[in-house]
Amino acid sequence: MSSIAFRQIEGRSAGYYMLLAALGLFVLFGLGSAYYMEEHGHIVTGMTNQVVWGMPHVFAVFLIVAASGALNVASIGSVFGKTMYKPLAPLSGLLAIALLAGGLTVLMLDLGRPDRVIIAMTYYNFKSVFAWNVFLYTGFFTIVAAYIWTMMERRMNVFTKSVGVAAFIWRLLLTTGTGSIFGFLVARQAYDSALLAPMFIIMSFAYGLAVYLLVLMAAYSHTNRPLGDKVVLRLKKLLAVFISASLYFVAVFHMTNLYFAKKHGIESFILVNGGIYTQLFWIGQILIGGILPLVILFHPTLGKSRSWIAISSVMVILGGLAQMYVTIIGGQAFPLELFPGMHESSSFYDGVIHGYHASLPETMLGIGGIAIAGVIAAFGIKVLRFLPDSLDDKVIDANHGSKALSK
Amino acid sequence: MSCANKSRREFLGTTAVATASLAVAPGVMLIDMAHGRAPEEAASSSVRWGMLVDTNKCDSGCTDCVTACNTENGLSGDTSETGSQWIRKVELKDMRTGKATSLPMMCQHCAEPPCVDVCPTGASFKRADGIVLVDKHICIGCRYCVMACPYKARSFIHEALADQNPDVPRGKGVVESCTMCVHRVDKGQTTACAEACTKAGHDAILFGDLNDANSEISKRVSTFATKQVRADLGLNTGVRYQGI
Repeated sequence: MSSIAFRQIEGRSAGYYMLLAALGLFVLFGLGSAYYMEEHGHIVTGMTNQVVWGMPHVFAVFLIVAASGALNVASIGSVFGKTMYKPLAPLSGLLAIALLAGGLTVLMLDLGRPDRVIIAMTYYNFKSVFAWNVFLYTGFFTIVAAYIWTMMERRMNVFTKSVGVAAFIWRLLLTTGTGSIFGFLVARQAYDSALLAPMFIIMSFAYGLAVYLLVLMAAYSHTNRPLGDKVVLRLKKLLAVFISASLYFVAVFHMTNLYFAKKHGIESFILVNGGIYTQLFWIGQILIGGILPLVILFHPTLGKSRSWIAISSVMVILGGLAQMYVTIIGGQAFPLELFPGMHESSSFYDGVIHGYHASLPETMLGIGGIAIAGVIAAFGIKVLRFLPDSLDDKVIDANHGSKALSK
Repeated sequence: MSCANKSRREFLGTTAVATASLAVAPGVMLIDMAHGRAPEEAASSSVRWGMLVDTNKCDSGCTDCVTACNTENGLSGDTSETGSQWIRKVELKDMRTGKATSLPMMCQHCAEPPCVDVCPTGASFKRADGIVLVDKHICIGCRYCVMACPYKARSFIHEALADQNPDVPRGKGVVESCTMCVHRVDKGQTTACAEACTKAGHDAILFGDLNDANSEISKRVSTFATKQVRADLGLNTGVRYQGI
């Protein structure tokens, strides 16, 4: 790694400024939406007393899950000793911080009382998974920042491995915490499963790596830096493995539920007759987010094309958003079953499928979170040396030898 | 003889004191009940406030408990998807037998409340006497408690409110639910829903102390078969149902 030169991007081109301006515009839209929601209350969103978590949570949870996944590239390098990944590690850390910051901003601005966010840091109920997450998030920022420091500051390189191990364990805990936010909701048929924690971890690998691949390819092609096939093809193989593992977990999750008679209602809702949720599950999460990218990535010719690899990564991200929508909104749209075996009705919408239509402000708030992550990443690679000058095959081979790669 | 006289005098004296005590005590007790708990006195865990709903007596067309709750707590009665409903009438129909049941559903004031477990700031809390409440000052409006409640008992306030009852402060951006009329209970009164149900002649809601073996609610719970809604969750609810 020591012989690979890292350099900031120049960041003076019209394209770079246009990118920053576009991202900045979406950040402004997002903040404006949050202000509008704060002024008027959640009445201006599509959220109701039946569906209390809406579009902001879809984006926020996706970004938080992708954040821990983005760190994986660095972990493979320093924890598992795969030398080829070491030059890729600093960007991995930067993206992890950027995505988490974007996700948390959305989550915070969607609170009923965002002005009281300080209370979330001064009053703790340690039995709450949310309270654990406050620690997991702040700890993640600190550990990943330290991790980046040990990678960038030569004198600190000796600590990279141990801090990397800590960061790896922490990111597993973080995504366990995120999955458990839903897994611990015992009363709701859609959740109440310990599988949600490991499933979120596996999904985070795929979502984070898809984001990483896109940013890497975009950064290298726009700055005219060489990016060899060895790196890209290795990462795309890894992405295919993560997609397959995610599909496996989804299959096991639903198969388990199908075996429990009490879960038949929610399963037929998600898998068969849930309207938009069923469509998003099969077309969004499974087809676009899973099967199609797998076919492309394993295809003998398409799988070698950068454009198709990029398209697959975009598909994985879209599939991830669909998965969050189905999990979060679909899980709430299905009514709580208070009296099994009885038909329930009331003025409070008991026993009926709850409607949800996202309003523009809440969607803009979610997109604003992505834009915040984008600004942090784009600004980060301009001011600090996150990207190697070259990731050419020759450079990779020269530094790490073909033996390391053939492992 | 003197010894016998003395013991007679003692006997008469003791009897007089005892009689006087018996005569006065209920009055003293009643005054005490009427005053309820002094404001500076903490809620006691020797008490477990609860309610028993007899669904056989609950009239499916009657919503007096809902109206009384709305009036007492300053709720508008908005039944839109974003409106707050602290108590609602649920109509049930057994899908096999067709048996219809009507009952009021509200916060069940669980002994192991999931809303309290999940609240990140501790704004959702349970008083020593079993009443589950939201501290409006430290609720950040994350709605995790709404997700966790098995009874759909909680509402999030979606917009600014006017015309509030000073005894029941509410506010935009926080979560709320049935307080078991804590402001009335602390004054030694019953809940608004139970009072309205009695007034309507149904007597389907009985409020009282589940820990007091002599209270009517305890006697009924120990005599008749009662149920907790979603008893499978093991939450030990403070609201029990008879006839379902």
